Amino acid sequence: MQLLLAILSGVLFAAGVFLILRRSLMRLVLGLIFIGHAANLVIFTAGGLKGAAPAIVAEGARQLEQPYADPLPQALILTAIVISFGLFAFFLVLIKRTYQASGLDDLDELDGRKG
Amino acid sequence: MSSVILRIAARSLTPLLSLASLFLLLRGHNAPGGGFIGGLLAASAIAFYAMALGPAPARRWLRIVPRTLLAVGLLVALSAGLPALIAGRPFLTGMWWHPELPFIGSLPLGTPLWFDLGVYLAVIGFVLTIFFALVEAEGEGG
Amino acid sequence: MQFLTIILLLFAVAAAAPVVVRFTRDWSGWLLALFPAGLFVWGITRLPDVAAAPLLERVAWIPSLGVSLSFRFDGLSALFFLLITGIGALVVIYAGGYLKGAPRLGRFHAFLFLFMAAMLGLVLSDNLIALFVFWELTSITSFLLIGYNHESVESRRSALQALLVTGAGGLALLAGLILIAAAAGGTFEFSELLQRAEQVHASPLYTPALFLVLLGAFTKSAQAPFHFWLPGAMAAPAPVSAYLHSATMVKAGVYLLARMTPLLGGSAEWHYLVTFAGAATMLVGALMAFAQTDLKRLLAYSTVSALGMLVLLIGIGTDLAAKAMLVFLVVHSLYKGALFMVAGSVDHEAGTRDVRRLGGLLRVLPFTGAAAILAALSMTGFPPLLGFIGKELMYEAKLQAPAAALLLLASGVLANAANIAVALIVGIRPFLAARERRPAGVHEGGIAFWIGPLLMGSMGLLFGLFPDVLGEVLIEPAAAAVRATQLDVDLALWHGVNLVFLLSVFTVVLGVLLFALRRLARRFAGRVRWPALLTPTGLYHGAVGSLPGAAAATTRLMQNGSLRSYLVTVIVAVLILLARALLSLPAFPVEWTLEGVALYEYGLVLLIIAATVLVLVARTRLVAVAGLGVIGFGVSLIFIFYSAPDLAITQILVETLTVIIFVLVVARLPQLRKRSSFFTRLRDGTIALASGAVVTALALLAAEVQFRPSISGFFAENSLAQGFGRNVVNVILVDFRALDTLGEITVIAVAAFGVYALLKLRRTEDEIPDDLSASDEGKEEST
Repeated sequence: MQLLLAILSGVLFAAGVFLILRRSLMRLVLGLIFIGHAANLVIFTAGGLKGAAPAIVAEGARQLEQPYADPLPQALILTAIVISFGLFAFFLVLIKRTYQASGLDDLDELDGRKG
Repeated sequence: MSSVILRIAARSLTPLLSLASLFLLLRGHNAPGGGFIGGLLAASAIAFYAMALGPAPARRWLRIVPRTLLAVGLLVALSAGLPALIAGRPFLTGMWWHPELPFIGSLPLGTPLWFDLGVYLAVIGFVLTIFFALVEAEGEGG
Repeated sequence: MQFLTIILLLFAVAAAAPVVVRFTRDWSGWLLALFPAGLFVWGITRLPDVAAAPLLERVAWIPSLGVSLSFRFDGLSALFFLLITGIGALVVIYAGGYLKGAPRLGRFHAFLFLFMAAMLGLVLSDNLIALFVFWELTSITSFLLIGYNHESVESRRSALQALLVTGAGGLALLAGLILIAAAAGGTFEFSELLQRAEQVHASPLYTPALFLVLLGAFTKSAQAPFHFWLPGAMAAPAPVSAYLHSATMVKAGVYLLARMTPLLGGSAEWHYLVTFAGAATMLVGALMAFAQTDLKRLLAYSTVSALGMLVLLIGIGTDLAAKAMLVFLVVHSLYKGALFMVAGSVDHEAGTRDVRRLGGLLRVLPFTGAAAILAALSMTGFPPLLGFIGKELMYEAKLQAPAAALLLLASGVLANAANIAVALIVGIRPFLAARERRPAGVHEGGIAFWIGPLLMGSMGLLFGLFPDVLGEVLIEPAAAAVRATQLDVDLALWHGVNLVFLLSVFTVVLGVLLFALRRLARRFAGRVRWPALLTPTGLYHGAVGSLPGAAAATTRLMQNGSLRSYLVTVIVAVLILLARALLSLPAFPVEWTLEGVALYEYGLVLLIIAATVLVLVARTRLVAVAGLGVIGFGVSLIFIFYSAPDLAITQILVETLTVIIFVLVVARLPQLRKRSSFFTRLRDGTIALASGAVVTALALLAAEVQFRPSISGFFAENSLAQGFGRNVVNVILVDFRALDTLGEITVIAVAAFGVYALLKLRRTEDEIPDDLSASDEGKEEST
């Protein structure tokens, strides 16, 4: 499954890169979301998928007992998910406003207007 | 989006979901849940309410301006670091009390819980600030 | 702590100087001079201790980088300490008179004391990094002082030129010092490096380190071909020229070379480079000096020449040469400091520095004149002044030089003769020549003007008569520090009639002859036109002049304003770096196996990939949003399968909100259209696929490679014991790594306020009805 998830991260990342290289602002947002998913999955995969049980100390135990899912990548990803959401919301509003103000959603045309 | 069923569902579900979010927050230290999840759920519940009944009633239901909630959440989380500072430990070191209460027994109270409450409030404030701003901008045709 | 206290005290005086000047006005010079004078006396009382062993002191500064404020007070430091504080006191007094009533006198004194503190730090530092910091600080204060008259274009240009030349050298020095530390196994402490001189010499880093350190020293001490900034620095007020640009700062390079002699010296590279640079500078300076007509420029070029002599003596590298270098260092500081002050006084009183228009000043400026004549005689090397002893020693050292003794001697005689001519032009002729040239209305400007030069001139005489005092108390410990071995220094005025004495006589005769020929030299110098690009000044201006064009071209290339070209650059650069690292692996330590993957897992991954393709080819916004939703929920299913319940819940909730927000604004968003050409899409597709492949490889590799033990075990063990929580993920978030979480909720707060600002605070006349702007805040309050 390691391999499968690694490939999936690669596919999502490739799609994200392709999308952020488009001229359309809308696709830029979509690309960022893809890259966020890909990054989370890379961290998740890199943390190892061996763990059988969630990282929750069982009743009566003093500490986590092997095998457990690595809690550290999970903590990283949890905050990353929320941050990506904040980034997404901000960016979406930004392009909405840009589109409203300029009537353009084309990066090249926006550059041209600026220059 | 103003069907009767939706409205009734929102009126009854939002308090329930909010309660559930508090539950998720409180049990988060020992089981899946916590400030992020609780906050997201509460925010979703209120967003649901707003979509069913409109943003103004949702704001009334919430009573507090989301931006204030966000600021209060940040302050609460920040203040969770102070007891450790006063005790001469590094900022945000977890400090615990285990008061013995009648009927309940030993109750673990700690700054991490207070910190998680801050996260909970900040997340609600964060989501709803964005949500209301967007909904109201649409409503105004902006 | 005593040395650190001294430096901090001077920094404090620098800060207080403007206030002192404001309240004490004309007395400020005298008052402020008490500090360096006191330090001078203190330094003398410490001399007996220094003779025994260097005083060391260390205060931790940046311990993790091996940088400490450690100080070393040995013979060499002591000599410089006394020069800096002694001459410093006199210069401060002089500045009080020279700049009396000047509007920025307070600032001037502040800079001067800042410089003094930096210079003391430089000669006291034992740590090379601290030394570098003080070194740069002297360059900066020199810049501020040269640019004191900041209304003048010339002043600003000269200040910048000095800063750029010495600053560039400073950077080279820093690199050199780091290489030395690397060659010696990591220490920056000079005292420790001294023990490892052989290790440094044997290291392959020795030659580059030597080059870089020499570059630093040569630029600072105005060695050819970097000498041109020093005459330019004469735009500074006279006290600055006397202090920084003759007696102290320009000798920092000499100090560094002397300091480094036990560590870097002794090799053939050292010997040839230093000797050659010194000899060339000595000749260039002397010959250029002698054709000048401006008092300060005459002195500036002769200072260049003197610095060359000092460097040359260091290059010769014998005990005798070290001795001669140190004596000449004192000689030169005394007479050149005095002559610069005299030049300032003459300029101040007569209103001109053109030697052709000066004469008969001794009668109207008796004290200044006496000082000038004493200093000039010392400069010509006339007995019984100290300059005589200095010159004799120098000739002796050159005679006994291990290589090219005759050549060195001949060039030395020529340079000295030219300097004698300069001394006559600057120090003797304006005071003793026919009086009809005397400008009108000249009179002594007060004691502050002449006390300093007179004291320094008299010291030259005093030390000449009693050279033993100087030799035993100052030169001997200093020479011991330079040669890293105990030396006996016996200075005597009279050695009898020998070869060296005859050379001295010959030099004087030659000097007088050159003096007589000075008009011819000026005419000749006025005619010669070098092609601009062949002179160091021309090269400097060429280099500085081409900078704006180069910067503009770089900006056009790198900052063209197109987001996509930035992205392509960044992505491709990262891609190449990562791919190189991946390809250089001996074997890819990953098992390519899909064994044990359940059918539903295949199904899930295929579903996500299908949704990805859907988003890529989507023509309508809603289709894209739907595809995105499928991907999000698919990812949360993956989290569920692999025991990450917190992640799964978070992802589902976030996904729900993402879709809600998308739906809210989607009507306002532009439709998706195909815009790029086939080739652009092909190029981007290739980049995208390559990055995807690299990410896949990274994910696989990261799972296998573990550089350090994972800290997850700590969390697993201590979550319940110390954090009182069973959900380890949550305990990490709110306890172990709570500071990170605090940072994160701050970030989302910023994002929320950003969105709020974008949507609510957007009052531009063309799009928003007026009534909204007024009602918005009120609406918030009422709800």
